[in-house]
Amino acid sequence: MKVALFVPCYVDLVNPEVGVSVVRVLRRLGVEVVYPEGQTCCGQPAFNSGFFDEARAVGRHFMDVFEGEEEWDYVVSPSGSCTTMVAHYYPFIYENLPDERDRAEALAPRVREFSDFLVNVLGVKDLGARHEGRAVFHTGCHQRRELGVLEEPLELLRNVEGLDLTGWKNEELCCGFGGTFSVKMPDVSVAMADEKIKALDESGADTLVSCDSSCLMHLKGRLRRTGRETRVLHLAEVLDENGG
Amino acid sequence: METRKPTRRRETEDRRPEGLVSPVEGFNERARRAVRDGDLHDSVELFTNKSVAGRNAVLNALPEAPGLRERAYHIKQETMANLDRYLGQMADAVEGRGGNVFFADTGEDVVRYIGDLARRKGAKVLTKSKSMATEEIELNRRLEEDYADLDLEIVETDLGEWIAQLAGDTPSHIVGPILHMNRRRIADVLSGVAGEELPPDVEALGSFARRRLREKFLTADIGITGANFGVAETGTIATVTNEGNGRLVTSVPPVHVVVMGIEKLVPRFEDLSVFVRLLARSGTGQKLTVYTNFVTGPRAPGEIDGAEEFHLILMDNGRSELLGTEFEEALYCIRCGACLNVCPVYRQTGGHAYGSTYSGPIGAVITPLLKGGKEAKDLPHASSLCGACWEACPVGIPLHDLLLKLRNKQVREGVAGKAQGLAFKGFENTMKNPALYKISGKAGRLARKPLAKAGAKDGIPKTLPGPLGAWTNGRDLPELAPKPFRELWKEGI
Repeated sequence: MKVALFVPCYVDLVNPEVGVSVVRVLRRLGVEVVYPEGQTCCGQPAFNSGFFDEARAVGRHFMDVFEGEEEWDYVVSPSGSCTTMVAHYYPFIYENLPDERDRAEALAPRVREFSDFLVNVLGVKDLGARHEGRAVFHTGCHQRRELGVLEEPLELLRNVEGLDLTGWKNEELCCGFGGTFSVKMPDVSVAMADEKIKALDESGADTLVSCDSSCLMHLKGRLRRTGRETRVLHLAEVLDENGG
Repeated sequence: METRKPTRRRETEDRRPEGLVSPVEGFNERARRAVRDGDLHDSVELFTNKSVAGRNAVLNALPEAPGLRERAYHIKQETMANLDRYLGQMADAVEGRGGNVFFADTGEDVVRYIGDLARRKGAKVLTKSKSMATEEIELNRRLEEDYADLDLEIVETDLGEWIAQLAGDTPSHIVGPILHMNRRRIADVLSGVAGEELPPDVEALGSFARRRLREKFLTADIGITGANFGVAETGTIATVTNEGNGRLVTSVPPVHVVVMGIEKLVPRFEDLSVFVRLLARSGTGQKLTVYTNFVTGPRAPGEIDGAEEFHLILMDNGRSELLGTEFEEALYCIRCGACLNVCPVYRQTGGHAYGSTYSGPIGAVITPLLKGGKEAKDLPHASSLCGACWEACPVGIPLHDLLLKLRNKQVREGVAGKAQGLAFKGFENTMKNPALYKISGKAGRLARKPLAKAGAKDGIPKTLPGPLGAWTNGRDLPELAPKPFRELWKEGI
């Protein structure tokens, strides 16, 4: 099995350790990982702001870099949101452009979110990882509703030794990041984070885990601003801890 | 001497740059106040949590719900594709039963029709049951102003709507118009009308309202209702209510006027079995509302109730312009309010922050569409695009995708602003060019130290450029890593 790793731009620049964990976990499972160097961003910031032409242009670049059908079996990304952009919304933005639409539709099933790839492609549920603490899991909205990858990360976490995975109130609610929403509507965005943090406090968890570093960046920013020391980790980092 | 305006920069002032903020002013200002209003937050939280829990319980107990949702979507799709034919059929059916039908292009036309009717009838008291269509066109205010000489008394009879009317307020939710008021506020409003202090308990307030409204029901000259559904094949108007006021409005006064948005049509009577099962469950978490009324024309010989005279106003008011466009699905809405209850933005702000009759995700979609032009251009941005609305919608309207399309429409029509346009052109050029992307990352890392330092202080928005200021108002700035992933990869993992 050979995969091309897509490291979203903010993971590349802010949380490169997440990418490192993904590589280590995949290699441990015998997967050959390549990193196409021309990669940049999926185009979602432009798309979400309504700049579809700009998003299409970035999307063309993404497809040029990642198509590589001869070279790798799948494209794996540690982000439910960026995976959704490519697998779900590329066919949407190229709807009226037959060439690109065909390319997008061919690429879509080969682009997989990290936990989805582990569980549904590799059939792996237990990484032999170990993490002491009580954790809640935040499912990013794209991962929840567009990808429908709900149980996979939870199954992986339940098999982490020492980890007490607990539920939290209204866990289906958005964290309030929403890309440019977080700076266009900062007051509402922060109020949404506060509702999540209130639920997190009530859950008694000391660790917050997600498959989306963007949600985590927003929640972590609010947690730290309000003086909380909660550990904030991407799923890949948890699965990489003390692993086989 | 040249006089210069002093630069007034208060601590609370928003200093985000023009370009990024301009598309969302309006909503942002109102939302800022709303998220700081503790009473409002508590009221909205109570209502939405209760509604969502109720809805989940009854829908989970209905195994055919997903199938009904599909059917509802397809029925609406087919209705819109043939709307002109079905409207004709509806009009024929109503006229065949001895009713009157009027096609109103605008809200203005509706006001004129009802005002002229009131004049002809010498009407004094008009009772109304809950109707978002009449809220949309501000029927009450416009009748009172444009027909001031008639000295009409227009009385809302849905309890929530009545209290809103007495308070000079507007509904903040499609289904729960005064959910933003707590019990104390309601007692204040009703005490003002009663001329005595009423205790803030449901029993006492309810019984006062019943006594007062009963007088109006019995003296009304014209009853005005909306329509939850209009059935083309039979000409039947279906209304669902919980208070029984709807029946008193349709059956006591000699004249009944229905104001119905043209999108409320369903082709066949049997279609109601799909929609009625979905509406109450999605809206209030009930299997059925307490009253489900069917009115088909005026009272026929041998019937024991119903108005002597029946008028159906089919209101367009911008709707038909959406037919056949990428926004047509917005017309499938049955006004259940489920998307408001699950919306994480609505849950923080309540409905008034939207500054429009329709709030929440559906309001953010249809308000700019129905008003047209640059009106309500802030609303499509009042969403994190989480998709909870689409998931909750009993008709399966992809509301968050419609919001995206609306944002795109603003870009195409030049509403989004030049600054944003330049920013995303820059984004495109950077992201198409790996070398440029790499350099941008480096520049970011160089700026990291001074920025992170500024970000460590409290209340630092002023010191940070661009959208960073908006971020750091309430959140710590994430630090850029010393080395990006691509460098770590090169060095070997």
